[in-house]
Amino acid sequence: MRSWLERAGFDPRFTSLVLALAAIWIALAIATDGIFLTPRNLYNLSIQTCVTAIMACGMVYLIVARQIDLSVGSQIAFTGMIIAYVQVRWLGPETPDAWLVSIVAGVAAGAILGVFQGWWVAYRGLPAFLVTLAGYLMFRGAAFLVADGQTLAPLSSTFQRIGGGVSGSIGPAWSWILCAIACAWVIGQAVQARRSRARYNAAMATVGADAAKVLITCAALVAFVAVVCAYPDPTSTAANGVPEGKGIGIPVLILIVVAAALSIIARRTRFGRHVFAYGGNPEAAFLSGLHVKRVVLALFVMMGALSAIAATITTSRLNSGTHSIGQMAELYVIAATVIGGTSFAGGIGTIPGAIVGALMIQSLDNGMVLMDVSSANRQIFIGLILIAAVWADALYTRKIAR
Amino acid sequence: MKTISMILALAITAIAAAMPFDAFASGALVGVSWSNFQEERWKKDEGAIKEALRKAGARYISADAQGSNEKQLADVEALITKGAKALIILAQDANAVLPAVNRAKEAGIPVIAYDRLIEDPGVLYLTFDNVEVGRMQARAVFAVQPKGNYVLIKGSSTDPNADFLNGGQREVLKPAIDKGDIKIVGEQYTDGWAPEIAQKNMEQILTKNNNKVDAVVASNDGTAGGVVAALRAQNMVGIPLSGQDGDVAALNRIAKGEQTVSVWKDARELGGAAGTYAAKLADGAKPTDIAGVHPWSGGPKKIAIPSVFLKPVAVTKANLNIVIGAGWATKEQVCLGVAAAKAPPVCK
Repeated sequence: MRSWLERAGFDPRFTSLVLALAAIWIALAIATDGIFLTPRNLYNLSIQTCVTAIMACGMVYLIVARQIDLSVGSQIAFTGMIIAYVQVRWLGPETPDAWLVSIVAGVAAGAILGVFQGWWVAYRGLPAFLVTLAGYLMFRGAAFLVADGQTLAPLSSTFQRIGGGVSGSIGPAWSWILCAIACAWVIGQAVQARRSRARYNAAMATVGADAAKVLITCAALVAFVAVVCAYPDPTSTAANGVPEGKGIGIPVLILIVVAAALSIIARRTRFGRHVFAYGGNPEAAFLSGLHVKRVVLALFVMMGALSAIAATITTSRLNSGTHSIGQMAELYVIAATVIGGTSFAGGIGTIPGAIVGALMIQSLDNGMVLMDVSSANRQIFIGLILIAAVWADALYTRKIAR
Repeated sequence: MKTISMILALAITAIAAAMPFDAFASGALVGVSWSNFQEERWKKDEGAIKEALRKAGARYISADAQGSNEKQLADVEALITKGAKALIILAQDANAVLPAVNRAKEAGIPVIAYDRLIEDPGVLYLTFDNVEVGRMQARAVFAVQPKGNYVLIKGSSTDPNADFLNGGQREVLKPAIDKGDIKIVGEQYTDGWAPEIAQKNMEQILTKNNNKVDAVVASNDGTAGGVVAALRAQNMVGIPLSGQDGDVAALNRIAKGEQTVSVWKDARELGGAAGTYAAKLADGAKPTDIAGVHPWSGGPKKIAIPSVFLKPVAVTKANLNIVIGAGWATKEQVCLGVAAAKAPPVCK
């Protein structure tokens, strides 16, 4: 089974992850009398996953480069407070473009946090674990100081759409257009890959296998769009009384853009190759003349900016900035990354894996609240899943080594 | 070496600058041991304690344990050495603080357990009644929605106050639950009191019940904010909802009709009471001489402790003027964006 999958060009690790997710979904659907798989819940699930998934994308890079960032939860709190502060206290929420300025300010603040941490790690040689542990404390304290512990609300009405709530989606028409574009892109990519492999006489999967891969990807895209369009918008004001479907939520679009950009950077750019080279063998990378310090610094800056994007979604969803958001987020983000197959040994990790990892954790959390499971039991269960994932990873790595 | 000596010099200057000069005035000394002064709210308490002590002719000295149990013990010893005649202790940990309390008892110095429980029969326990807060939350929601499906959004499972609140809430709702008028269709703790977790939990509870929810009893204003966000996505904002703390954002929601009640504990009232009582105790009064004191044994060890429970205030649309009058929030903050047609009296 495995060798057949591998020959067909399927990543066995990713495939087994998706199968595990499918098993969890089926179990949750049975346990909740099908509520779990209703369009409404799947729409919510897609939105709830985005914050963890966006940060997990950045965490993949960090862990691949043998670094870690324990401060991401505090980064969300701080950058979220900056965003809310700019809107509520500085510009006033309904000032035109206040929302845009606030996001720019938030991302800039996140990048500055990243510069601070990255500088200590890259140029002063302190372990990332300790620097970001300090950041974990400092940034949460800083988040408190932004508004002296007060909650800042309400936020700009334009800004609120980013969270995927009221008017927070693009509607069925645009969703289907995007879906068509995405499918065309997937097909184009596959054709192009086959052509260039043929040109260099590189090994290639059979046409059937590649076609199956494209078909599965497109079917998943169509299924997702169909589901989110089947969820009637509760705040819809359609004239004929039939509510319009929600369509793809804006946070999901943000996640897709982030994931696509980071995947392309990982595979197609020098920076991406340097990260993986450094993670695979830091010494060799250094000796081959890579600007190792610059790469590490850039990784922390990127993580800070991604945390700010995640903070944008969280504050927008809540329609308020509070300093208590993002608690334990670092644990969920790291767990998602590891469940998604990123190895602490460095050099190995994928963005889609991390997203599926985040989706798996959020599915468990989401489904178990539907089942009235208490938060204590949910934590135990998610912890067990994490151990299982790391265990499976260890088995897999050992098999490869053999 | 040079850097180290410079840091030392800076530290000494900072400590000297932080020394309370009013310690040299006349009158009985009252020492306050803070657990962690970094938190914003204690500044309000401190102002009220100072003011009350000044009125009673006593003097204020303080120390901040910065969240450390060991430092709090050293702080209390230092306050005793400085000549404090009464102590107000905001305990970092209810049990770890007991050696410090014993030190004070040996020196014959009365202790007020401020806001947080210290389970020792020798102290005077002064706090807001958290069970009563829970009762007030449930009562206010019950008054507008005596029947239907209720959701309880509880506080952090690691915070004992979360269960005190829940106890009070259930006490009020119990008769109606037993009669079948009220059905609890969802109940979840909110880890770390985090609003975004409250939001996710509320989203799931709404999904599970297909939006058939008539009222929500949330344990504080942060979680209530998360609940409102979840309700807004389903176009359900406006169903009865409780909170606590008098957050400015929550007061604004009350003015807009998005939240029913916020139970408000005025930190200045608590501080004022502590200052007044401490001055009395420093002059030789017994804890049992204080007006309104009663033995309370609801703590984990069931020890009877002389206690004074202050009553919080339930802030609703009808009495929003209280918080404005007290200088807690401004009219502009409370009435921000309130539609003129539906505005409560205070915003007109």
